Amino acid sequence: MTTLTIDHVSRWFGNVVAVNDITMTIAPGVTGLLGPNGAGKSTLINMMGGFLAPSNGTVTLDGATIWRNESIYRHIGIVPEREAMYDFLTGREFVLANAELHGLGRTEAARALATVEMEYAQDRKISTYSKGMRQRVKMASALVHDPSVLLLDEPFNGMDPRQRMQLMELLRRMGDQGRTVLFSSHILEEVEQLASHIEVVVAGRHAASGDFRKIRRLMTDRPHRYLVRSDNDRALAGALIADPSTAGIEVDLAEGALRVQAVDFGRFTALLPRIARDHGIRLLTVSPSDESLESVFSYLVAA
Amino acid sequence: MSTTTPTARPAATTPPRATFFHPTVARLTYRALLGRRRALILFALPALLVIIAAAVRALSGADDATASGILGGFALATMVPLIGVIAGTGAIGPEIDDGSVVYLLSKPVSRQTIIFTKLLVAIGVTVVFSAVPVLIAGFVLNGNSQQIAVAYAVAAAVASLAYSALFLFFGTISRHAVVFGLVYALVWESFVGSLVPGARTLSIQQWALAVGQRVGAEGALSSSVQLPLAIGLLVAVTVVATWYAGHRLKSLTLAGEE
Repeated sequence: MTTLTIDHVSRWFGNVVAVNDITMTIAPGVTGLLGPNGAGKSTLINMMGGFLAPSNGTVTLDGATIWRNESIYRHIGIVPEREAMYDFLTGREFVLANAELHGLGRTEAARALATVEMEYAQDRKISTYSKGMRQRVKMASALVHDPSVLLLDEPFNGMDPRQRMQLMELLRRMGDQGRTVLFSSHILEEVEQLASHIEVVVAGRHAASGDFRKIRRLMTDRPHRYLVRSDNDRALAGALIADPSTAGIEVDLAEGALRVQAVDFGRFTALLPRIARDHGIRLLTVSPSDESLESVFSYLVAA
Repeated sequence: MSTTTPTARPAATTPPRATFFHPTVARLTYRALLGRRRALILFALPALLVIIAAAVRALSGADDATASGILGGFALATMVPLIGVIAGTGAIGPEIDDGSVVYLLSKPVSRQTIIFTKLLVAIGVTVVFSAVPVLIAGFVLNGNSQQIAVAYAVAAAVASLAYSALFLFFGTISRHAVVFGLVYALVWESFVGSLVPGARTLSIQQWALAVGQRVGAEGALSSSVQLPLAIGLLVAVTVVATWYAGHRLKSLTLAGEE
């Protein structure tokens, strides 16, 4: 059992539409569910995990309905975003309890703890764990029954770079083994590093779908706006506008800065420091003025 | 890090069998119940009852009326429902509140099994921390004269069943289950019940007293409800509350944090 199908799914809470008519298929391999905070990612994952009924449409795993179907958990492993676990247990007791609830035992629990490299702290109470350790024990609890589908809600939140790399490697391997791994994130770089396939959700809508190169291109090919301050704004403006990577420049007198619209992101970012150096201009500020995820995502929705 | 490839498993459409008890669910439930700070009340209230009983016995000697007053007025009217609230709501409410119930629910275990098990643990805890101390206090107070100690202990045990089921159900429907529980136990049963005689018909305490009345000597205990009606209502409340709690758990939704 490996393919999750979300078919014309909507979910509303009172008057608020959290997920709006989304259709997508999550196949084996690693899929990243990307979107800004509040986009509806958790709502979608909760529906895929059987913890929320769709208001409309269906969520199925190889044709079997997920909502109110306890037997589906033989095939699904869930890593929730929320921190709360059974903090009064040790890591080993917690994973063992999860194994027992699947009708398994110590061998499987030990294997899952080994998979996430948590044996060294398995006899400590969960209440003493760091965020990264909690995340790994949660992973172990989700892996204990060797599921073919793994759902992770913002798994990298609060992890340090090393823990992040380890988890990414583990998830990548799970995907290579033919499991369906779906994780949500609001950080493009995270998704790009790990997922072979990306689904973008913005404001409850399905904004884009494809491999990360396609999404990346969509994101980087859009016009970028920068706010630039230098010790000679007009000379800098003249040199920049001569290059085709720049589509427009406005001298903002009130701000004492240039507002530059670049159309070729890669070329512009290489050009700006070179021009400054060649003309002996000192750059004081270079800041993207529309780099917020929301603006990137809304560009994607419009694309 | 080592991993294995997925293996074949039973079809996802075969529902898990509902049983009455799952040892892992039970272990998690009682450890959670006895590990929380409010569990201190579980120990404090019975200890208080036994201390009061010992003090009364020492100061005024064995007296049936005094024994009935303490066991009926304090133990059955206040202590048993309070412990029922703590055990019943505590067996599931906090897990739903903090979201850790996900780890129980994302398993191929029937939700009815989870509720049955939690109910059994809640009943066990309520009986141990209320019926047993009532029995001890009764023996301390008057040495079980007129079967008063046993009768009140039986009443407490019977009440434990219904309170546990009712408050466990409250735990599945509201974050404020403890408040609802306290309002029912203290405001409805004790306060309204003492002012409006009709309200006593809908009181677990009175139903339990009707059962205890049967055990105790003639006239030792009194209830406003006839025994057959009391038993019928006790069974009905326990069964309906348990069934509905399972139903609630089956449809439990977890909203995201966004």
